[in-house]
Amino acid sequence: MDLSQALEVASHTDPGMVREHNEDSIASIAEKGLVVLADGMGGYNAGEVASGMATTVITTELRQLLDNKAPHEVDPQSGQKAALKMLQEQVTKANTSIYQASQSQPQYAGMGTTLVIALFYDNKMMVAHIGDSRLYRLRGDEFSQVTKDHSLLQEQVDAGMLTKEQAKHSANKNLVTRALGIDPAVEAEIHEYDAQPGDIYLLCSDGLSDMVGDDDIGMALQALGANLNLAAQQLVQMANDNGGRDNVSVILIKILREYPARQGLASKIFGWFR
Amino acid sequence: MAKLILSMDGLVLKEIVLSKERTTIGRKPHNDIQIDNLAVSGEHAVIVTILADSFLEDLGSTNGTCVNGKTVKKHFLQNNDVIELGKYKLKYISEALPGAAKAADFEKTMILRPGAMRKPPEPQPPATAGAPHGHVDPAPAGASPKSHGDTLVGMAAPAGATPAAAPPAPAAPMRRAMLQLLSGANAGKEMELTKPLTTLGKPGVQVAVITRRPQGFFITHVEGANKPTINGTPIALQAHALNDHDVIELAGVKVEFFYKT
Repeated sequence: MDLSQALEVASHTDPGMVREHNEDSIASIAEKGLVVLADGMGGYNAGEVASGMATTVITTELRQLLDNKAPHEVDPQSGQKAALKMLQEQVTKANTSIYQASQSQPQYAGMGTTLVIALFYDNKMMVAHIGDSRLYRLRGDEFSQVTKDHSLLQEQVDAGMLTKEQAKHSANKNLVTRALGIDPAVEAEIHEYDAQPGDIYLLCSDGLSDMVGDDDIGMALQALGANLNLAAQQLVQMANDNGGRDNVSVILIKILREYPARQGLASKIFGWFR
Repeated sequence: MAKLILSMDGLVLKEIVLSKERTTIGRKPHNDIQIDNLAVSGEHAVIVTILADSFLEDLGSTNGTCVNGKTVKKHFLQNNDVIELGKYKLKYISEALPGAAKAADFEKTMILRPGAMRKPPEPQPPATAGAPHGHVDPAPAGASPKSHGDTLVGMAAPAGATPAAAPPAPAAPMRRAMLQLLSGANAGKEMELTKPLTTLGKPGVQVAVITRRPQGFFITHVEGANKPTINGTPIALQAHALNDHDVIELAGVKVEFFYKT
């Protein structure tokens, strides 16, 4: 099913004002309803290699899988949607590829990447994430963070050691507790959400969320939602105007209309005869 | 590593590096920082340090713990915070990072692996290895600590200049800008551009946005078939810098942009 009529996608990535390399990597396949963002880490160019591997492996593999199987189909044995298994398997595959490269090549030792994937199907969105790259949603006037970081800071907030306000001033912003490619196995956090026409989703690296407050991000999306490309550029520009200390990447997805999954063949024929 | 500078009546007595996960403060000798003064409780407070962040917690002391003049139970220490215990002051200096390049490196995202935080603390400097760490003589000797203290404070100053994780730098103080409606029912009405983004026009018909940036104010076309005009000339697709007394026209309304004097 081609989703490019139902989803508008815009993205922008920038090395920022301080870094020479851009270790972020983004990819999207609008007609399949797939967007992927990764923020790499590791010495020299290893971060770019890790994030690039993650987005490439996941988009190429998922493109093929989605050609053969509809993500909304429910597996009769597990009772879970095909999308869940697809995402789990591709995250594992990307993790293995990065981990093996880092083990076999000394210049890539210790490389890893954060990851956030959104897959849209049947008026739904499934989100998988690892680390501190985020997904936000603007629905009507309400702008909220959907994913919860896998970071030391988030754990401290959860434990009640810090308030959200204090967390903004913490010096431990850069420590993630989960990443792709660091260990032989990793588990992505995966959840499914309802998507509604008019929703705008934002995937971003910490280069945006650390430099620009949530209120300002929400304001920019609300003001510029009618022009998604401009909104993506504006967000990157705001991060750079505030100092741009890290690579900044954003992917925006606007739901233009409903996109229910096509009925199965049997029910289609049944519908004919009714 | 973050440190505390202990002083009394403006005399610097001691510098304590927060190398341990828990640094205790109190009158009794087993504390990491012993302050032998009756205003200080036996176990007065503790500083819990997690990587680059330090938290101060009062341990139910009789006279309480003040930070920057306010009594606190629990406090997330920020660079240059002053902790007061009776007559004693402890100034908190967060980790100094010489050079901006290093600071940038430090901010790179890193993976925190389970167990990394249980690493044994770095060996303490030999100077404090013998005596109980941070013991304070209740009657400091006259002039010598002062001269010593001056150097300490002098060294500490640059630390404040490069906090490891300052919140996003507020935009440099900039000139205030206004819009005044020149036509329509509300002609003459003024509005200050206080937000980073201000949208103009009618959604679905013609919308432009004015963005406030460190370099000044810019107008960009957002939606609609027609682009706004500045002094009669339609703007291009890119952001257009606004000059004092520019006249913007969009959706049939004229507004003037000007800097407030």
